[in-house]
Amino acid sequence: MPRINSPAELEAFRKDIISKRDRNKPCIAVCTGTGCLALGAANVVTALKKEIKKQRLGTKVDLRETGCPGFCERGPLLVIYPEEICYLQVQPGDAEEIISQTIVAKKVIDRLLYVVPSTKSDEKIVRESEIPFYKNQLRNLIGNNIKLDPKSIDDYLAVGGYAALAKALCQETPEHVVDLVKSSKLRGRGGAGFPAGMKWEFARKSPNKTKYVIVNADEGDPGAFMDRALLEGNPHSVLEGLTIGAYAIGAHEGYIYVRQEYPLAVENAGIAIKQAEKYGFLGENILGSGFDFTITMHQGAGAFVCGEETALLSSLEGKPGEPRPRPPYPAVKGLWGKPTNINNVETWANIPLIINNGADFLTSIGTEGSKGTKIFSLVGKVNNTGLVEVPMGITLRDIIYKVGGGIPEGKKFKAVQTGGPSGGCIPEEHLDIKVDFDELAKVGAIMGSGGMIVMDEDTCMVDVAKYFLDFLSDESCGKCSPCREGIRQMLKILTNISEGRGREGDIELLEELSEATGDASLCALGRTAPNPVLSTIRYFRDEYEAHIKEKRCPAYVCKELISYYIDPDKCKACMICLRKCPAEAIIGGKNKIHVIDQGKCTKCGTCFEVCPDRFGAVTRLSGEPVPPSIPEEKRIIAKKSKKK
Amino acid sequence: MSNGKIDKIIDKYQGDAGSLIQVLLEIQSENRWLPKEALDKVSKKLKVPLNRIQHIVTFYKAFSLLPKGRHEIHICTGTACHVRGAPRLLDSVQDLIGIRPGETDLDLKFSLETVNCVGCCALGPVMVVDGEYHGKMAPAKSEEVLKSYD
Repeated sequence: MPRINSPAELEAFRKDIISKRDRNKPCIAVCTGTGCLALGAANVVTALKKEIKKQRLGTKVDLRETGCPGFCERGPLLVIYPEEICYLQVQPGDAEEIISQTIVAKKVIDRLLYVVPSTKSDEKIVRESEIPFYKNQLRNLIGNNIKLDPKSIDDYLAVGGYAALAKALCQETPEHVVDLVKSSKLRGRGGAGFPAGMKWEFARKSPNKTKYVIVNADEGDPGAFMDRALLEGNPHSVLEGLTIGAYAIGAHEGYIYVRQEYPLAVENAGIAIKQAEKYGFLGENILGSGFDFTITMHQGAGAFVCGEETALLSSLEGKPGEPRPRPPYPAVKGLWGKPTNINNVETWANIPLIINNGADFLTSIGTEGSKGTKIFSLVGKVNNTGLVEVPMGITLRDIIYKVGGGIPEGKKFKAVQTGGPSGGCIPEEHLDIKVDFDELAKVGAIMGSGGMIVMDEDTCMVDVAKYFLDFLSDESCGKCSPCREGIRQMLKILTNISEGRGREGDIELLEELSEATGDASLCALGRTAPNPVLSTIRYFRDEYEAHIKEKRCPAYVCKELISYYIDPDKCKACMICLRKCPAEAIIGGKNKIHVIDQGKCTKCGTCFEVCPDRFGAVTRLSGEPVPPSIPEEKRIIAKKSKKK
Repeated sequence: MSNGKIDKIIDKYQGDAGSLIQVLLEIQSENRWLPKEALDKVSKKLKVPLNRIQHIVTFYKAFSLLPKGRHEIHICTGTACHVRGAPRLLDSVQDLIGIRPGETDLDLKFSLETVNCVGCCALGPVMVVDGEYHGKMAPAKSEEVLKSYD
């Protein structure tokens, strides 16, 4: 492929690609994102390829390995075009049928379709866009993932890729691009929600010949994988956005800082950079505009704090990822002391949309203060785990129930955690608030980068707070003492509470420490660290009090406060728990009622899980002593005895 | 790890001291740990003092200064896995193989690590062994999985 030297050449080339593609030719798009791969998507692809070859259909059907379309819960999944038939939980054994039935005979395979839950009629849905999980989303950013192979730049061009780049570089002035982003009211998607256009303007106005632009793909929040899916599934959209930003700011070098824990994103972004260089979308004199720009990829080495922009800069310079005080902001003094603009993956991916469709495209969606769409990773105790993109202003309830399909196993909703370790837990009473940077802050949480963890009645809120502080104490870089020591002390108190050593006054002490840590820490990691503690105290104080005063964990999570107990009246001596117990702590035998040796029990919960529902003999106790075991002679169950 | 290989990696980055982390990451991924000789070599070639390299390799989690076992177990302790029971899984794996996160057993069979999130939250709790994902793990199930490795 020769270099593309002008917008006209790009359009001609695009036309050529599209004209060579037959829209009616069947295409099987299989998700090969990290989630589906973990579920065995690679074997499905191999089986489909084999089957296509076997049935000699090589020229009649296309097979596309795509990025993540979001419905991870039902992976491995595939969509067959042009009919848009969506098959879920596909196994390699289904390949033969998919090819011979759906591709050749044009018949839909019923058992692979989405079944609408809670309808007795077993209603099934064929088309991907009609599945409730997708129907209630607005997928401007991740909607293309299933339509393209992330390793193919031609696929990206076929869906209109790099048109925004051509428009920005050859028709607009850099100032105008900045203005456009400003008037789109795009706010940074990395967490803090700072207006992207303003940030760009600062960097543009900083007087220096050398400037840098950076993609922050160091997505460290546990339970969040929005950026991974974008970079993995549609890397060119990020490159395009970054190049446009570089042009607007006046930078000629860009970096992608990506977590090494995301090997597929590293691979796909690397391939995308090479392809873009070959086509002339990167390098010298891009599309004949006279603008030069190169991108280098840098892998993170496993430090959460590097998601903070100044720590990221230190890390890029080859140093330990320790934050620097701001100001000076990176827009003035960033990488190697030069003006630098850092935006999150999702922010960059929004740029081509704004250039192509105008600022109104974004401002027409969302609330007063938050425009456009936001991608969330909806995880935890929710039926439809996956990646969802919704318009700003949607309620949390709609996300969890309409898109997410509610809580599994008929359990009761307890809280939703947004914003990762910097965020907070939102209880049922606030589920109707709108998803918006400012609204979420009002209830003590933050939008964050988009992690949304649903918790049900089996989740202990003290344990959740402890979990986040444990995470943060591990990830605190240690440079400033309020963060290093404050988090450590709070963790100590929380550990005491969860292990039954809580004392009166601990809650107040936590609040005091939270204030000090939040006020005095150097970077956002420490300043927001108290959020998980404060929000759980605010809404779930009763749980803290139960732990402290009654030494009881209401959700039966804190190991030191619970015991497992076999109810002798219900135990049928079936031996299941006895065999499965990894600690060999269950004493009993055939026809001999089982008893747990509390001294040996590691509280792994296996017995509770394996005890058949019809017996329900294993129970959990908390805040009360384990009843003494029944006398030896009463433990024998007489055979065939109907009496109880 | 041979000296030649290290040279090759360093040459790839044109001996630029700014790419110290990238060089170390590649050595780590090739060799699975960073022997002292390798660090000495990097120090000399990139002209970075050894104490700075020590600072880097102890700061970032991706690096290991100890040899790893034949099989690397990663247990995801991301939030989604946590609320779905990752702590209980971790406990039972620890009991089973007798080592704690960050350690390797004496036979160099298993190394155990926790990882903050592998992004397969739909599968939680997740255990990754040698890059192979095992989803929806329960304490009892983990024993079966680990038995299949020798």
